[in-house]
Amino acid sequence: MEIKKLERKLLLTNCLIVDFEKSDFVRADILIENGIIKEVKANIEVDNNFKKIDLKGFVVSPGFIDVHVHFREPGYENAETLESGARAAVSGGFTQVCCMPNTEPPIDTQEGVKFVYEKSENLPVYIYPIAAITKKRAGSELTEMVELAKVGAVAFSDDGNYVQNPLVMRYAMEYSKLVDKPIVEHAEDELLKDNGVMNESFVSTRLGLKGNPYIAEEIAVYRDLALARFTGARIHIAHVTTARSVDLIRKAKKEGVKVTAEVTPHHLTLTDSYMENFDANGKIAPPLRSEEDVEALVEGLKDGTIDVIATDHAPHPIETKETTINEASSGIIGLESAFGLIMTNLVHKRNLPLIEILKKITINPAKIFGLRIPEVKRGVQANLTVFDPDEWWVFSRKTIYSKSYNTPFLGYEFLGRVKQVITKGYRVIV
Amino acid sequence: MNLSIKHLLGLEGVPKDDINTILDTAFSFREVLERPVKKVPTLQGKTVVNLFFEPSTRTRISFELAEKRLSADIVNFSASVSSLRKGESLKDTVQNILAMKVDTIVMRHSDPGAARLLTRFVDAVVINAGDGTHEHPTQALLDMMSMREKLGTLEKVNVAIVGDIKHSRVALSNIYGLTTMGANVVVCGPPTFIPFGIEKLGVKVMYDLDEVLQFADVVMVLRIQKERMGKGFFPSLREYRKQFGLTRERLEKVRRKLIIMHPGPMNRGVEIDSEVAESEHSIILHQVLNGVAVRMAVLFLLVGGKRG
Repeated sequence: MEIKKLERKLLLTNCLIVDFEKSDFVRADILIENGIIKEVKANIEVDNNFKKIDLKGFVVSPGFIDVHVHFREPGYENAETLESGARAAVSGGFTQVCCMPNTEPPIDTQEGVKFVYEKSENLPVYIYPIAAITKKRAGSELTEMVELAKVGAVAFSDDGNYVQNPLVMRYAMEYSKLVDKPIVEHAEDELLKDNGVMNESFVSTRLGLKGNPYIAEEIAVYRDLALARFTGARIHIAHVTTARSVDLIRKAKKEGVKVTAEVTPHHLTLTDSYMENFDANGKIAPPLRSEEDVEALVEGLKDGTIDVIATDHAPHPIETKETTINEASSGIIGLESAFGLIMTNLVHKRNLPLIEILKKITINPAKIFGLRIPEVKRGVQANLTVFDPDEWWVFSRKTIYSKSYNTPFLGYEFLGRVKQVITKGYRVIV
Repeated sequence: MNLSIKHLLGLEGVPKDDINTILDTAFSFREVLERPVKKVPTLQGKTVVNLFFEPSTRTRISFELAEKRLSADIVNFSASVSSLRKGESLKDTVQNILAMKVDTIVMRHSDPGAARLLTRFVDAVVINAGDGTHEHPTQALLDMMSMREKLGTLEKVNVAIVGDIKHSRVALSNIYGLTTMGANVVVCGPPTFIPFGIEKLGVKVMYDLDEVLQFADVVMVLRIQKERMGKGFFPSLREYRKQFGLTRERLEKVRRKLIIMHPGPMNRGVEIDSEVAESEHSIILHQVLNGVAVRMAVLFLLVGGKRG
């Protein structure tokens, strides 16, 4: 990977540009000057001062967005830093990401929010902090949401923890109307979860592993939908994993509840049978579920119930994964494998329309979280991701830029690869 | 007399031929144990490490005795004095021990999959002496040996496993082994102790112990662990005993020949009455002797044939 300053004068030729308005691809050249797209049309003529790049065979998409990453800084810099996370993000084609506040200390003050912006100012990716819903993510006292929003918190979440107390969540939702930012919920009832380490199923029975039943998620989702309906607040359900959660959200949307939802590439790909070899890279919260759940998640993506694909990129040092399932930490990295998984499984294998899928990692999350709307059109800042939809590649340690490599996908062959990213005044050749 | 398996991690997927070979070998070692001189030189020059990360008396002693009877060199390591308490990982602990050139590891650990994990780190033969709520294969083998001894076969034998099925590695290993051997298995206990989808393993779920006792040839009673109390699985020991305890009163109503087993340690007066545990039906102490024979067989078959 090469990260360099964006050329002052750049012409991208033979681009196949994703056009969401037309719901089609447009063949054209893109002229970029000082980071701004000056022209998008066929056969642009330029003088020799322009750097010319031929993108024949590649697709140019609005820059990818991931609204759910853990960059571990401050506090757990051995697993990831904002810098290493930014490299991981850009290598996966992402130009904007939202980082979760479960750091040490948690991002629950203005200083915490400012820290993320200051530290990431010169990094090649826009990093937006999501601030905690409750102080210290302890689930009892609300953070100063208005103050936090003023300095740039894009959403509020106690991710990793469910806000177990429904009264606290009610107040959080009501209060969040002052800032009009989404409340992002990690929907897993802790009491029902009861420290379960994998989906409660025939597989957990066979392996003797403690089960975390799907009702832990579904009851949490139902409660939050009911609270959102009651309060009129905006909620975003993180990493939905079960068929009935999808149904609940679908129904709530029809009734006008202001809910959006995301799914991870791994929950769309793997099932709890992954646990059969006791590999702790399968330990994820919420857990990998059944095949029927995977099918329902895909259905939810197709019919628009699920708005966003987000990675829940969760780096952990290898020693916390080279251990028993009970002992291991939860979560896997996702930024570098996300696009490969999405293209291979959803677009190539399942024939989901590429343009609709791209919306889930571009304009949909941008609108929900109030980020820069990535568009490939005249007059806007250049924020785009170039990919080859038909390149085979193998996901390996060499293609990982995160500090950690806790992933179940090492050795997977992907069809579809990110080639270049232009964002924030950088051009990245992956 | 070779096994298809390299390690004994559990009985899930272990073929019938392997189980038969282990049981046949165990019966011949039983004869050795009846002799005045109970030692054979089979594992001379081999080193076995007994790694016990969880307290155990009977399993540890049984393995040690089996190893000594086979003339192996033994190293014992238990968690109370271990470096694990100092924050060293399982991987480091085990690799350190293996650096001292040992051939076999017998491990007890509180986490499911621990034995399987070990095979990723080391070259030695791994024998699972119980991994949390997952499997306890040598216990199930000794149980099957005891049943076969009494009944001549395991085919079509009706075995009832009674109690906390959900948290029992003994139950799970027995279910895998017994169903492979063609026995009919029934599990019986409060619904809170019946794990999700257990019937898909080919066992029947029943809640009425008296009904179960009408047809069972073997009743295996599981220990109620104290730590399950007060967690809401069942309301009281009193009610548990009334519904699922193998009591004298309950047994008196059964006019059939029954074999009663318990993997130990027993909570007398809870899941089993003293009179029942010591009755003519009980083969509980028999199980203990077979335990040594079965462990000798497993060690012999997995370690004995190999060149160091």
